[in-house]
Amino acid sequence: MHVGTYETGGFYDEMFDGTGQPRVEARLLLESIGALGEGQLQRCQQAAERVLVQLGITFNVYGNSAGTERPFPFDLVPRIVRAEEWSWIERGLKQRIHALNAFIDDIYHAQRIVKDRIIPEEVITSATSFRPQCVGLKPPNGIWCHITGTDLVRHGDGQIYVLEDNLRVPSGVSYMLENRDLMKRTFPQVFEGLPVRPILEYPSLLLRTLESLAPKGLSTKPVVVLLTPGMYNSAYFEHSYLAQKMGIPLVEGRDLVVEDDAVWMRTTRGLRQVHVIYRRIDDDFLDPEAFRPDSMLGVPGLMRAYRAGRVALANAPGNGVADDKVMYAYVPDMIKYYTGEDPILPNVPTFLCWRDTDRQHVLQNLDTLVVKAANEAGGYGMLVGPHSTVAEREAFALKIQADPRNYIAQPTLALSRVPTLVGDRLEGRHVDLRPYILYDDDIHVVPGGLTRVALRKGSLVVNSSQGGGSKDTWVLSSLAGGPA
Amino acid sequence: MRAEPLPLLSRVADAVYWMARYIERAENVARFIGVNLNLQLDLPLAPAHQWQPLIDTSGDTEAFKERYGAASQVRVIEYLAYDNENPNSIASCLRLARENARSVRETISSEMWAQVNSMYLQIQTQRSLPEPERMLDAFREIRLGCHLFQGLADATMSHGEAWHFLRLGRKLERADKTSRILDVKYFMLLPSARDIGTPYDDIHWSAVLKSVSGFEMYRKKFGRITPSDVVDFLVMDTEFPRAVRYCIHCASESLHAITGSPPGAFSCTSEQLMGQLVAELDFTSVDSVIRGGLHEYLDRLQVKMNAVDAMLREDFAVRTPVITTSPVQSQLQSPSQPSAMTGH
Repeated sequence: MHVGTYETGGFYDEMFDGTGQPRVEARLLLESIGALGEGQLQRCQQAAERVLVQLGITFNVYGNSAGTERPFPFDLVPRIVRAEEWSWIERGLKQRIHALNAFIDDIYHAQRIVKDRIIPEEVITSATSFRPQCVGLKPPNGIWCHITGTDLVRHGDGQIYVLEDNLRVPSGVSYMLENRDLMKRTFPQVFEGLPVRPILEYPSLLLRTLESLAPKGLSTKPVVVLLTPGMYNSAYFEHSYLAQKMGIPLVEGRDLVVEDDAVWMRTTRGLRQVHVIYRRIDDDFLDPEAFRPDSMLGVPGLMRAYRAGRVALANAPGNGVADDKVMYAYVPDMIKYYTGEDPILPNVPTFLCWRDTDRQHVLQNLDTLVVKAANEAGGYGMLVGPHSTVAEREAFALKIQADPRNYIAQPTLALSRVPTLVGDRLEGRHVDLRPYILYDDDIHVVPGGLTRVALRKGSLVVNSSQGGGSKDTWVLSSLAGGPA
Repeated sequence: MRAEPLPLLSRVADAVYWMARYIERAENVARFIGVNLNLQLDLPLAPAHQWQPLIDTSGDTEAFKERYGAASQVRVIEYLAYDNENPNSIASCLRLARENARSVRETISSEMWAQVNSMYLQIQTQRSLPEPERMLDAFREIRLGCHLFQGLADATMSHGEAWHFLRLGRKLERADKTSRILDVKYFMLLPSARDIGTPYDDIHWSAVLKSVSGFEMYRKKFGRITPSDVVDFLVMDTEFPRAVRYCIHCASESLHAITGSPPGAFSCTSEQLMGQLVAELDFTSVDSVIRGGLHEYLDRLQVKMNAVDAMLREDFAVRTPVITTSPVQSQLQSPSQPSAMTGH
């Protein structure tokens, strides 16, 4: 396959530098791809797609009754991260998660950060994801965010920024693991000579993290389960995948019952106590007694058992308060406040529409900004200014004016690109990167992540629900492969 | 550390059991169709009503008549294999097997999931009947696919509680299907007294045996084909894997493995009913069965097997404790399970 005609199109490219030369860390891979015969990469790609369908590695699409399961598109050309860059990302993520956890704990207890006037009180009280039910709660080991999937993007300036923290129930880690398997299965020759760091420790690390939360003094091995909303949830594949890899039961709300402030599951031999729940259900639906009373997915009384310390939940309920996109703007301040250090990973500059001056600026510059709803995820409730119509901008302006607290805006980032197979040639497509971070007694960052790619030409939206796909992510070890 | 493994979730036990039943059902339907296609070639002048008994065997006589009218090869195959509206068609069985498998994907092995998924995808993409020359192969592939699934279940999944629920479902379904095909064919064949001893009689009884893949094994044991030996073989045999008695022995074994109670004892109603079924099969002679009326006997067997099936759900679903309000749901109430299992 000929890679010489590839064009970076003026964007930052993860594999080629500004002059069109391969970056050092990408050279070997590009040589392997260049050595492939006519159509061979396409054949590997088709083989990979067949495997995805056969294994039913799919996500569910809402609002589409026919054929609700779709394979998550996968592109065979990996994204490479240099060892030095990764160690910088790793340090930055650890610092950030540490501060965010301290923030959540503070917010549900003394609120020192408010009293010290770092964050305005109304920002906290107006956050819909702030849970009064969690005030005063002490989760096991003081940890609220056990599993995080932080979204990182690289802008045209070459700098990596944190785009979102995703502390609630981040998904996608199963695709990170499956993508690596798929690569090894369909395209093994490209690994040759490259010190790609393995990621398969993730399920063991996750299980260890969950087990570390079990109530102390149990005479038996703790019973850990994964709570799913069920087969029709968009991330159901991931739920069953992780349960299988950890060897723990996959339960639905109807399988659990709370009695004597403890959680039990209905088994063929009667009720058995559950000690730790990796819940993949949002706070709102977790417990109809504590949160939304119309939830059919949760377990009535779960929060009672949690408060009594008889069951642990990961992630801790209430931690979504730090996911609010307005709160996001304050994370650099949180890092300074709780750690005394300067942030390692920068934030994307963010305009908060509830500030009058910011709002004026946003309304005047809708055609260049990206506007996001403070509590949405998955690419919903979003306006990408440069790609929007006048009518869309007018509709958004009305929304912002009606509810300024709920909107933030950021400059449109020129997301970096990675060569991606389109037809029989490579074209640049925009990507982001979601590494996964686990927090037990220490913070662990798995060397890799999910690289999501906007497969539509020119698109900046990488979400699976909106035409995104994914790539394997290769973090190189520092032994070799880094810049000479 | 934990001394014994965690028991299965009731919902999971139910889903594994049904997954196995649906795979077994799909395999049986594919085999019935294959045998009939073959039979037709031996009886070139036989009328189209050769195909009606297949509908009767699956217990869908009325539903078929309503939607398709008179039975013909094309209509019957369409209905039994590809009709998504027929809850017992191969396509429906594979869809339901996959739905169940998907809900317990973490319990079964990846290999089993991939197999049931690819069978489902294959039949869903089959939009029309296979070409005549491809017909036999198509149903053979489905059969082999189901065998592969069962083989994977045996070879890649620990033979613990979940596997025993799977085996329980498979064996009960198999016993039910063997008893049904025998019932329908026996009823059809016996009245035609003028055919007894003719080549046609031999062909028909061979077809019955082939429907349960039992022709060769029967020959080894009995040689000549006689109706009472066929009944003996298909109902009472203790070695032939599709004989009713053999299946019930296996099912009983798995049930004991699940409950942990010793052979000859019972700890719940389903186990008690299963024990009675075993005893009945162990201590009945084929002569007395035929004297008393085969149809009546098979009918009673089926009622008892259905009772075991219904009680399994009672025995292994945890009744909701008093203080909670959310009801336990079982597949019995769920629309995804056709009622055909318990309806006959």
